Amino acid sequence: MLQTFFNLEIIEAAWPIILAGLGNTVLLSLVVVPLGLLGGLGLAMLASVRKPWVRWPLMAWVDFFRAFPPLVLLIFLYAGLPFAGLELGGFACVCVAFFLNTGAYYGEILRAGIDSVPAGQTEAARSTGVGRLQTMLYVVLPQAVRNVLPDLLSNTLEVVKLTSLGSVVAMPELLFQARQAQSLTYNPTPIVLAAVIYFLMLWPLVRLLSRLENRALAGRG
Amino acid sequence: MPGKPIVEARGIHKHFGALHVLKGVDLVLAERELVFVIGPSGSGKSTLLRCLNRLEQPSSGSVVVDGVDLLDPRTDINHARQRIGMVFQSFNLYPHMTALGNVTLALRKVAGKSRSEADALGSAALARVGLADRAGHTPGQLSGGQQQRVAIARAIALEPRVMLFDEPTSALDPELVGSVLGVMRDLRESGMTMVVVSHEMGFARNAADRVVFMDEGAIIEEGTPAAIFETPGHERTRAFIGQIQRH
Ligand SMILES: Nc1ncnc2c1ncn2[C@@H]1O[C@H](COP(=O)(O)OP(=O)(O)OP(=O)(O)O)[C@@H](O)[C@H]1O
Ligand SMILES: [Mg+2]
Repeated sequence: MLQTFFNLEIIEAAWPIILAGLGNTVLLSLVVVPLGLLGGLGLAMLASVRKPWVRWPLMAWVDFFRAFPPLVLLIFLYAGLPFAGLELGGFACVCVAFFLNTGAYYGEILRAGIDSVPAGQTEAARSTGVGRLQTMLYVVLPQAVRNVLPDLLSNTLEVVKLTSLGSVVAMPELLFQARQAQSLTYNPTPIVLAAVIYFLMLWPLVRLLSRLENRALAGRG
Repeated sequence: MPGKPIVEARGIHKHFGALHVLKGVDLVLAERELVFVIGPSGSGKSTLLRCLNRLEQPSSGSVVVDGVDLLDPRTDINHARQRIGMVFQSFNLYPHMTALGNVTLALRKVAGKSRSEADALGSAALARVGLADRAGHTPGQLSGGQQQRVAIARAIALEPRVMLFDEPTSALDPELVGSVLGVMRDLRESGMTMVVVSHEMGFARNAADRVVFMDEGAIIEEGTPAAIFETPGHERTRAFIGQIQRH
């Protein structure tokens, strides 16, 4: 059993491949998390413009990309768009897909955060002559982010897990590399190793999240 | 006593959808004047006050403050608002900043002061409201009365020509009201032009030049505190004064 699923020799052989995959997963996360946050911030700030011609398209956009399975979106970008003459590389496809998908999720979280800040905060800042954008930046967003920190972190956790989708468009991230190693060694050990690495990488985040959630509950009670 | 007008609101109407909240209100203040606005809940006092710095856009009418037409689309409203301080019932201090941070935000981001300049002006404003020693405290570490004084400091740090107060003491425990009224009295003595929505009759009697009684979106009558409180001309005013004096 251990020979099959946790073979030390195979671990040794697969280690460099897996390590390269881990590096790419970390890099990918460092690109797609800020990208999604940026997209979400844009959406959330647009949502505070209470004009129907902003509101409705925005709502449609967010709903659409939240309902659209990210795997389908990614494969469409990678395998569908070339038929329209638009050939993006695997990396670009992942970036666009994450921007659209996780941007919509981050957007909803940040919008809820912005809504949770009392209108009096904005009024106070505006009454002293602070402009709309600076009020958002210095007064509303810091409070908004603090209010939805657990949700933001939880979504980030999902985003990091979702980077494994990159494997279907041949991004050499952790899962893809593990699959490579598996087919080279004819042994499932590399997959198990990848799973262990994912767990070790994400577990601190999960712990942190629990603590934040508990603190939020205590604060509310 | 009255000098030249510094606040001139004329013919102000305000609709919220089908609701007609202000029905042609005129309010003119001379420099250094302190006007008290009283009236039942929902009569439009806050809405009128908020029209004076365009937090609320009047449906029609004109608002000129310190010579600047606030409703002219070419007016730089952020610039104009620095001359019109506002203090809210619920303080609305920024909870994630210190008292000094609250006072200096607009100085740094709008008035273009450097951090050290802004800190000096902010500390001076906090000293004026008696809170020099609380500069590093966050709102959560301050009493309601102290928070409201920080909010006043935030407004006066910008050296406004006019101050608007919307029920500045009604969220305070009775024992903290005095400290805020004290700061307002000092402001008045320094010559500030003030519009105060409040039911603090004692303060009105001592400090107000004029009391304006509003009901259902219109000014019913106005006059000296003595005239309005002792010999009101309208039945509605009489009823309202009687009501709040019983409390
Ligand atoms: N943003 C808004 N949208 C819709 N209606 C509003 C809005 N703001 C105020 N109103 C309505 O306008 C009327 C006047 O409100 P306003 O707050 O000016 O009264 P007020 O005299 O300040 O009352 P209070 O003493 O209770 O503070 C009320 O009927 C209120 O419900
Ligand atoms: Mg009011």
